[in-house]
Amino acid sequence: MSKLKEIISKMSFSNISYKAQRNIIIIAFLAVPMTLLATFAFLPVINMFWYSFTDWNGYSKMNFVGLDNYKTIFSNPEYFSVFRVSLYYFFATFVQLGIALYFATILSFEVKFKNFFKGVLFFPYLLNGVAIGLMFLLFFRADGTLDTVLHAIGLGDYTQMWLGNPKLINISLAGVSVWRYMGFNFIIFLGAISSIPNEIYEASEIDGANRWHQFIYIILPSIKIIVSLNLILAVSGSLSAFEIPFIMTGGANGSATFVIQTVNTAFRYGKIGLGSAMAVVLLFIVVVVTGIQRKFFSEGD
Amino acid sequence: METKKNLAIVVKYLTLILGAAFAIIPILAIFFASFKTGTEYGSTGALTMPENWLNFENYRRAFSEGNMMVGFKNTVIILIISVIGTTLIGSMVAFVLHRFTFKGSKYILGAFLLATLIPAVTTQVATFQIIHRLGLFNTIFAAIVLYLGTDIIAVYIFLQFMDSISVSLDESAMLDGASYLTIYRKIVLPLLKPAIVTVFIIKGVNVYNDFYTPFLYMPKTDLQVISTSLFKFQGPFGAEWQVITAGVMIAIIPTLIAFIFLQKYIYNGLTNGSVK
Repeated sequence: MSKLKEIISKMSFSNISYKAQRNIIIIAFLAVPMTLLATFAFLPVINMFWYSFTDWNGYSKMNFVGLDNYKTIFSNPEYFSVFRVSLYYFFATFVQLGIALYFATILSFEVKFKNFFKGVLFFPYLLNGVAIGLMFLLFFRADGTLDTVLHAIGLGDYTQMWLGNPKLINISLAGVSVWRYMGFNFIIFLGAISSIPNEIYEASEIDGANRWHQFIYIILPSIKIIVSLNLILAVSGSLSAFEIPFIMTGGANGSATFVIQTVNTAFRYGKIGLGSAMAVVLLFIVVVVTGIQRKFFSEGD
Repeated sequence: METKKNLAIVVKYLTLILGAAFAIIPILAIFFASFKTGTEYGSTGALTMPENWLNFENYRRAFSEGNMMVGFKNTVIILIISVIGTTLIGSMVAFVLHRFTFKGSKYILGAFLLATLIPAVTTQVATFQIIHRLGLFNTIFAAIVLYLGTDIIAVYIFLQFMDSISVSLDESAMLDGASYLTIYRKIVLPLLKPAIVTVFIIKGVNVYNDFYTPFLYMPKTDLQVISTSLFKFQGPFGAEWQVITAGVMIAIIPTLIAFIFLQKYIYNGLTNGSVK
């Protein structure tokens, strides 16, 4: 039956000239994707700009308030100061990339149990964010996993209120973020390093180069673009950090990031206008950062 | 020289073991705790092995009281539709944009490019109103349309891969009288298989792990997915960490199984997907 249908449709469609077919295919294949793209990717951005100049709360009448929302964001420390929290994630990004680069380099050369180490270092990246959040709530609890480990290796005096101490909470949470995402950068770097041809290392060894020389003069230059791409991706990721702190602390105790603050402003307090303005500010920053990346990219080539 | 070399080897393995320990220990603690009884959990250390490895009581409670069956069902439905939908949409767009140049085709490509620059998490404030107005709030379609409409990475992966599918294949098929539809279905789609695997993996991981889309758009209990059902564990199970950890294990196990069997494809998929 389906075969018959297929034959009929093929006959009728292939009887049309290629030019007409082409036009039909272009329209038929693009209609749904373009509609989805316009509705769920671009319309929100346009609306968001519009809302950001109003005092809308989601149901009442919208009033145009000009730049008031933006003034509030930049003058009221409650809103803008949360960018300070992003700095923890920002610095953690460098630690994350450093560790990833180190392990990727080591594992590109001969190592016993290579696949085991590769798998273990990468696996956290695949895990569900909520599972990670709960896992690390247990990890940081008093007498939890971390404290147990510290006691076991004789560092019991260093146990802390990892999530209770406002000075430590963001470092702990940024640490979770490193644990979660390091594997991704690691696997990307590993892939990039493995595409360097072996002869280059061999030639350099004849010239008396050691591993450090090889890293500085061969590996680093060949993966420069991948590293800078990952750096910028990680930086824009750190600016929009949301999941880990939201799941673990809900933003309490000074751990609210800009996105948590935006989501709360818009959805919990119903200030859609103000929330939209915050989202516009974040979008602007991310686009600028990405723009810098593109420039980097074209110069790197 | 010899001692220096030995030292380097020691440092190498020491750091590897340390890194592996950091990665494993948080998971190991969850695994141990999930087999402990309530009193056992309270009286033993986080890295003490459970007395009875066959104590599945916590798993039973997490699964039934935590409503995880509903979570799995919804996750699987959303996952299958999104992954197949993304593959179809991505390959159709890539086919049209790669094989035909027409008025505006550059702009369409540009529009898909531009959309990847917008971090979805920043636009939720306005996306929410659209979903609401379309009557999709608290329906499974909210997640599906957002997964299909906003994460456009598949278009790139397919576009890149289309370069390796020679146009001469299309041309010889046309000599045999094949329509463009046949060319897409019988030639391009089968040859895109390696790229499809990449898209399946990237999209699958994203959808299975996503939290804020179901959290914001499908708060209804019947519509919870794995992420959101697990998120609710913090309330009712309060201090019953042995049950919470069992829930976390239940969420992790499918990922672990997929990783063990698809390791090679996952590594390749991520490496291919990231090099734009």
